[in-house]
Amino acid sequence: MEILNEFIEVAANPAAYAAKIKASGRPVIGYYCSYTPEEIIHAAGMHPMRLFGSKGDTGIADRHLQAYCCSLVRGALAESLSGGLDYLSGTVFPHTCDSIQRLSDIWRLNTSHGFFADVVLPVKLNTESARRYMADVLDKFRKELESYFHLTISDEDLNASIRTYNAIRGSLKEIWELKSHNPGLLSGSDLSSIVRASMVMDREALKDDLRSLLEELGEGKPSGEAKGKRLMLVGNVCDHPDVYTLIERSGGQVVWDDLCTGSRYFEGMMEEGSDPISSIADRLFERQVCPAKHKSPTARGEHITAKAREHGVQGVVFLYLKFCDPHSFDYPYLREYLEKAGISSMLLEIEDRLPPEGQLLTRIETFTHML
Amino acid sequence: MSEGKTMSQTDAEKKRKFRSAKRMREIMTEYYIDAKTAGQSGKKVAWITSGGPVEPLIAMDVIPVYPENYGAMIGASHMGGDLCAKAEALGYSTDLCSYARADIACALENGGPIGGLPRPDMLVCCNNICGTVLKWYEIQARLFNVPLFIFDTPFCHVDFADEARRYVRSQLDEYIAFLEGVCKTKFDYDRAMEVGRLSLKGQRLWQDVLDAAAHRPSPMTAFDAFFFLALIVTLRGTQKVVDFYTELLQEMKDRVEQGISAVENERYRLLWDNLPVWYRLKWLSDTFASHGACLVADTYTTAWCGSMKYIDENNFIESMAEAYTRIYLNIGVDEMVKTIFEMIDKYEVDGLVMHSNRSCKPYSFGQYDIMRMVQEKKGIPCMMLESHMVDERSFSESQASTRIDAFMEIVRQRGSRTGTAL
Repeated sequence: MEILNEFIEVAANPAAYAAKIKASGRPVIGYYCSYTPEEIIHAAGMHPMRLFGSKGDTGIADRHLQAYCCSLVRGALAESLSGGLDYLSGTVFPHTCDSIQRLSDIWRLNTSHGFFADVVLPVKLNTESARRYMADVLDKFRKELESYFHLTISDEDLNASIRTYNAIRGSLKEIWELKSHNPGLLSGSDLSSIVRASMVMDREALKDDLRSLLEELGEGKPSGEAKGKRLMLVGNVCDHPDVYTLIERSGGQVVWDDLCTGSRYFEGMMEEGSDPISSIADRLFERQVCPAKHKSPTARGEHITAKAREHGVQGVVFLYLKFCDPHSFDYPYLREYLEKAGISSMLLEIEDRLPPEGQLLTRIETFTHML
Repeated sequence: MSEGKTMSQTDAEKKRKFRSAKRMREIMTEYYIDAKTAGQSGKKVAWITSGGPVEPLIAMDVIPVYPENYGAMIGASHMGGDLCAKAEALGYSTDLCSYARADIACALENGGPIGGLPRPDMLVCCNNICGTVLKWYEIQARLFNVPLFIFDTPFCHVDFADEARRYVRSQLDEYIAFLEGVCKTKFDYDRAMEVGRLSLKGQRLWQDVLDAAAHRPSPMTAFDAFFFLALIVTLRGTQKVVDFYTELLQEMKDRVEQGISAVENERYRLLWDNLPVWYRLKWLSDTFASHGACLVADTYTTAWCGSMKYIDENNFIESMAEAYTRIYLNIGVDEMVKTIFEMIDKYEVDGLVMHSNRSCKPYSFGQYDIMRMVQEKKGIPCMMLESHMVDERSFSESQASTRIDAFMEIVRQRGSRTGTAL
């Protein structure tokens, strides 16, 4: 599985990959959220790169952020302050949650990575005025990139970018569907590597590599027995491939997800046409909602339950970062929705480091055995 | 007579008490009674966030109820810990905002000091204060199954963008349409203009009340401000509020004239940042007072008169868009610090006390940077107290006491801003 190994390598060491891109002369623009309009960055000829923050000792962030802050935000700041992001030519902060909102200010005041943009997207995703505002904000972002880098981003550039991203997302979705249909085909950890590498790799090369990967997967035999209870992960950012491995060792298989580093990244296509900015806005508008945004009081519950049913999910593992307010607030009602649909769930709140392996194995095993 | 005190000491204490406090309690009691009997009077009840646009509700004769104000009451009554624990039993993380946790539990059992809030007929959620309210109000929308209006005020990191202005302005029209739909009556724009004028008048009076603390010695402390704040938050736009603050302002002037000092022997003047620690107001007040320190101002109560510069008296509805979007919590850290610098100068502040409030990320993240900017630019010492504002389980009195003592030691060494060392 040659191509797969490339993905695994990039996911394991994204900074090395980014340094190569920078060395080739292309500006690398970092971001932390799936609402980032990367299509616009790509259309500008820049390289959009998802960042995940430092793990482990984030003490350097203590000068700016209290302990009751999620590890993504603390890790992000720590990575920058300790010089780990010197390859960046810019960063973009779409409006996400209160923590990212303040990280943006602290970042702007304490770091210098060149280009900086706040993309204050609407929180509401269910009115005409919000849709108009969304498009206005994206257009402003396009102009900010043009102005800072002294270039023009034409509608053709945007449409070409839309084509590329549709292809990427279509392929990722296909891979996910294959896994759901045939869980033994690919390990969860490999799947995690694929999606995270997709947020880091050169998008044109990625488009082709994903097609090659799909061919490889089509030819290959399933890499293991398709046993294990069918599980779905629901949460925010997961860049701990070990979680998947532990789930597999505990009698489970992750067959679908609702994660920022999962289906929320690839769901939704964009229309090419005379108003590409609106197309990009429409996708962000229509895509299944993240808890930091509002579609309706029950939209997320309905969506997750429907997806769980669609993929024959037997149990849901809520997996999100400690101190994440939007996800924590949603948890009780989502749990209830799923219970009503006959689907049990468990909660794993994690920080930058996973809890001890033995502890996790016991907890997940207890859960899968009960299903 | 209390032991160990002289006749003149207890007289002085009596003098320091506010006459207006009694009237305030009366008005708040009437207000909550009205709200709880709304069903009988045929009025509609709206639950609204503390930064939400209340004037249209007043204009429509809808009674506005503030779960956050009730949260403060819950905190002050030491009922927060118990309610928060109940919310945790329901699956809500202990790290979530304690206003929200308390209200979520409270709504299910009619808890808190007045046996719960009246059922809402509608929910109005403005996210200018934080993103937590969005989630909190979604929860209540599911519980009560009533219409929810979200007023989305984009964050102004460095400025108020044109596209944000258009978006918020559109939402004002949507808000009015929403109210007309729920109340089944037409919005009276003339009445709304009048409510707008009263709102602005109330905000001006509130600013004047807070300004009285610039006097040396100050006739009030921030803890008094926390108490007297409730009316400008809840019933802004009514004549009652204008009348009350007119009275309170007069009392402030009287106190200044009579030389009544809120803190006996005021030597040091401090600025408070963030929401109050609702269940330790007296203890904090007494502790600082024992050091001769008066909290003369705070960034929280100022927020309810901070938008006046954006309001056009003759075009209240239009200017609401900017006024509600550019509030203190909805701007960048470097913008917030400008207000802090102004307050340090205006009130002649010797030190900054920051409440690192686990219940409020938008208010607390950035405090370290603000602290450094204040130390650099104004050269005054700063300290931090940590807690959840309504969950008394989170507070360590010994830790707070130690920190306050250490901080006051530094403040004493530097002397007050008039240069008189002690």
